[in-house]
Amino acid sequence: MKPYRILIVGGGVGGTLLANLLVRRLRPEEAQVTLLSRDGEHVYQPGWLYVAVEDEEETELSRPEKELLRQEVFFLHDEAERFDLDRRQVWTHSGERVPYDMLVIATGSRLDLDRIPGLREGAHHFYSAVGARNLQHALRAFRGGRIVIGIGGMPFKCPVAPLEFTFLLDDYLRRRNLRQQSEIVYTFPIGRCFPIESVAELAQRYLDERAIRTEFFFDIDGIDPERRRISSLVGELEYDLAVIIPPHRGAEAIIASQIGDEEGWIPTDRYTLQMEGVEQVWVIGDATNIPISKAGSTAHYQAHVVAERITAFVRDQEPEAHYDGHVQCFLELGEGKATLLDFNYEMPPSPPRPSRFYHIAKKLFNRAYWYLIPPGRI
Amino acid sequence: MYTIKQEVDARGMACPGPLMELVRMAKKAQPGDVIAVISSDPGSIKDIPAWAEKVGHRLLEVIELDNRARKFVIEIQARKPL
Ligand SMILES: Cc1cc2nc3c(=O)[nH]c(=O)nc-3n(C[C@H](O)[C@H](O)[C@H](O)COP(=O)(O)OP(=O)(O)OC[C@H]3O[C@@H](n4cnc5c(N)ncnc54)[C@H](O)[C@@H]3O)c2cc1C
Repeated sequence: MKPYRILIVGGGVGGTLLANLLVRRLRPEEAQVTLLSRDGEHVYQPGWLYVAVEDEEETELSRPEKELLRQEVFFLHDEAERFDLDRRQVWTHSGERVPYDMLVIATGSRLDLDRIPGLREGAHHFYSAVGARNLQHALRAFRGGRIVIGIGGMPFKCPVAPLEFTFLLDDYLRRRNLRQQSEIVYTFPIGRCFPIESVAELAQRYLDERAIRTEFFFDIDGIDPERRRISSLVGELEYDLAVIIPPHRGAEAIIASQIGDEEGWIPTDRYTLQMEGVEQVWVIGDATNIPISKAGSTAHYQAHVVAERITAFVRDQEPEAHYDGHVQCFLELGEGKATLLDFNYEMPPSPPRPSRFYHIAKKLFNRAYWYLIPPGRI
Repeated sequence: MYTIKQEVDARGMACPGPLMELVRMAKKAQPGDVIAVISSDPGSIKDIPAWAEKVGHRLLEVIELDNRARKFVIEIQARKPL
């Protein structure tokens, strides 16, 4: 028997971990694992949250992808341009055809800055390396005024990040003695500050304590950079600095190959993570259409499930692993405190009392990521 | 009668949750479109009608499904002038 050709597209949290798990589990005679990824650098996106609002940079933001992969993984540094699922092959940007027996799509999400008029020119964000750096400069030049935080579209990855940013911004302005001259306005598209009620109640107490103003049902549909106004269904807000989470979309190749919905998310079974209706194709991380938090922890837990299912397939066994909807996210609340959201399809989160412990745990995790997650130690 | 143009099954999805899925669908929809979300979150009973009322969409019906899940059917309305 020839070894199975397993192709993973996307070397982010999910794809990198999965590649390493597979070569650890499967012998070379059983499978050859290729990781096709556009970026030679692996980025630790949660680190962007801290770039703008911390004075020192402690978090290591990227490492060469190749250093994170076990040597048995064949790394193909190229971009997937077209998925041909019927013929089981992927065409790359440089014109290469990559055939496979099993495919895993882990291409994450991308920002679509042109979806909201005025967003590109009128607002900042911390959802890319460049965006975070620009926001850092804008905040360093900020001397007081109104900062508005808002959501430019759904879905967006790491749903807690806007709240975390708001609290860390409050700390930052206090440290710089600018808080009194500044108003922070946190907006959210529904009637509270976070979708989950228990978490919203907790976070609202902290927002009130810090005198952070809130505007709800604020579903942003336009920004006027000249007049410095953000418009929503329920009204307008003036700003001196706007921090707006850009709308997200799936990879362009998914849209071009017509294998996802119009926004580029791939229909995926929420338990088996198999692409709906297509055998031997799985989807993990932000790329799925599962209406669950797009988060690194989601991609992490899903990679473990798919590694087990692929191993079972290769060995002609019945796959037993199922994704149970597990997501785990820290929530920074400022002043050195944080809490933890841990939930799955059956169990909503009940966050523990905020403490220094969770803040320190998050900070440690930011450093330990490189050691823990890509190699599959946890 | 109506025809549902887009529907999301958000059962068991604590975060971002059924209401955020409605916000997402509503943003792309045209006036007159009918969208639906299935939720198993008891909080949706008050959250979803409150949202529809506030942003000016019409809750057409709430259908009780098994296992304490409900389907909320919403008709998108034209945007009110501010
Ligand atoms: C500011 C911020 C804070 C965050 N904080 C947290 C947090 O605290 N906790 C948490 O769990 N998550 C957090 N996240 C979310 C987390 O980073 C993402 O959800 C996670 O990276 C998704 O993993 P993924 O493997 O699906 O995609 P990604 O990690 O985004 O990787 C996708 C990979 O695919 C590659 N790719 C894309 N298109 C192609 C193509 N056509 N061909 C080849 N390769 C391609 C990319 O180059 C990239 O390497 C945060 C995100 C941001 C922006």
